[in-house]
Amino acid sequence: MASELVVISGKGGTGKTSIVGALSHLISDKIIVDTDVDASDLHLLLSPKILEEHEFISGHEPVILRDRCTECGLCRELCKWDAIDEDFSVDTISCEGCGVCHYFCPENAIDFVDRICGRWFISETRFGPFLYAHLDPGEENSGKLVTLLRQKAGEVAKEKGVDFIITDGPPGIGCPVIASIGGAKAVLIVTEPTISGIHDFERIVELSHHFRVPPLLCINKSDINLKNRERIIEISKRKGAEFIGEIPFDMTFTDAMVNGKTIMEYAPDSASSLEIKRIWERLSSYL
Amino acid sequence: MLIAVASGKGGTGKTTVATNLALTIGKDVQFLDCDVDEPDAHLFLRPEIERSEVVKVPVPEVDENLCNLCGKCQEICQFKAIVLIADRVLTFHELCHSCGGCFEVCPQRAISEGDRELGIIEEGFADGIRFVHGRLRIGEAMDGPLIREVRKRADDSSITIIAAPPGSSCPVVEAIKGVDFVLLVTEPTPFGLFDLKIVHRVVEILGIPCALVINRADVGDSGVKEYAKEKEIPILLEIPFDRRILELYSEGTALVSAMDSWKERFEELFGKIKKILQGEGNGK
Repeated sequence: MASELVVISGKGGTGKTSIVGALSHLISDKIIVDTDVDASDLHLLLSPKILEEHEFISGHEPVILRDRCTECGLCRELCKWDAIDEDFSVDTISCEGCGVCHYFCPENAIDFVDRICGRWFISETRFGPFLYAHLDPGEENSGKLVTLLRQKAGEVAKEKGVDFIITDGPPGIGCPVIASIGGAKAVLIVTEPTISGIHDFERIVELSHHFRVPPLLCINKSDINLKNRERIIEISKRKGAEFIGEIPFDMTFTDAMVNGKTIMEYAPDSASSLEIKRIWERLSSYL
Repeated sequence: MLIAVASGKGGTGKTTVATNLALTIGKDVQFLDCDVDEPDAHLFLRPEIERSEVVKVPVPEVDENLCNLCGKCQEICQFKAIVLIADRVLTFHELCHSCGGCFEVCPQRAISEGDRELGIIEEGFADGIRFVHGRLRIGEAMDGPLIREVRKRADDSSITIIAAPPGSSCPVVEAIKGVDFVLLVTEPTPFGLFDLKIVHRVVEILGIPCALVINRADVGDSGVKEYAKEKEIPILLEIPFDRRILELYSEGTALVSAMDSWKERFEELFGKIKKILQGEGNGK
């Protein structure tokens, strides 16, 4: 089975995707995955050529058959999500897909149909195969879509004889993050030396330990607050997250992004690019 | 009046805008931090927490003495949280969505309500601001129900500022559904634009009036402004990139307390939001 490195951050906007882009350029044989399915941005750096496009069907949603419905109101009474409006239309955004309304309707007036929650893609990029997805706006089941993407990535890796997967994870610590990290070889936590970066770093390190995935630490924008930088390093020692490198604040990342490139391509000799190379050297010894 | 601050992409300045707006309004304002995965607003508002409450959701407990292994619970459960295996019914609490289906369907009344801890809600005061946030338990996957609990603390009497989680899926919907106004915060970069479009679509589906704050407005490209123009989203505030702002943020210092000029600009922002809402009220 291919070993997988998942890049996560707790706090959003710390530079996860830019760093995954840069690593994608550096690593030779790998599959690239974006599991931040409700705000997937990595494709903007990788300009993928889509080879396969699939609908993501997950769970079901109720459809009320007007000609059978007697408006008895039992479904509205039983629904825990207030997803059936007064006029007996289904608010699919609120609906959790539990099927209780369908099951208990005395008139059999509620169908329960497949729910299309988004799309997922297998693509080819200048850095190799890339799997990503777009969850539909406001949808549920992000965790299931993440699990599906990772499973497919494993299959593609096996088929191509590739033994490494790099994954751009979502922010937070909830459902899609949990689905992203289980079974990974390690997580690379990209954080920043801000008060919120520190707070969120502590929580994401705990989450990594909770699911028994070794956390590694990269501090981005490391020079914006040196005292906080020290605090993060101190926390990483105390909580058991190996510190493997840091990148000073650098607007070049934004310029590279605007040009649809990774920083390694846009500014290969920049201090940040050289630093990311060193980070990859250290990372590879863990993987 | 409920005003939510949302962003799609993380790290665009949601917390900065939400906390500074609350501090500017000052009194008779309530603040709900609905980013329960990573709640950070308290680091800037520094409330004194007065109450803490554990939030639990009901999950099934099966009484084996009453259960006749009919399998109806397994049949109704869409989440594989209750499963009949050989001569036993097993429950998987972490998969349960608390829909209540199994309790309702069991002909033997063999299923009673146990509970699963989602996290905690803390409430307190920061100067004049009534502060509420939720903190998801580490390892808990379902943030939606905890966000709903935070939202229930909203009082209608005053102005309530809601900080939404990043992204554009169900947690965002839980945080912004039914609010009067959504302030979208983004940065003018390709990532910022892509994520703005998705979260703006969510706001459109929910039919909530919205406007835009552009952070680090002088970096990146013109895509966000072009999109705002095309979609007729008013731009209410532009915050330029300034290393000093970033440094203040890194320490947890609010812009409006450190720089007077920002107090004025946030007052203007609030004025503009009120004006838009009054316009809506008049059936504009």
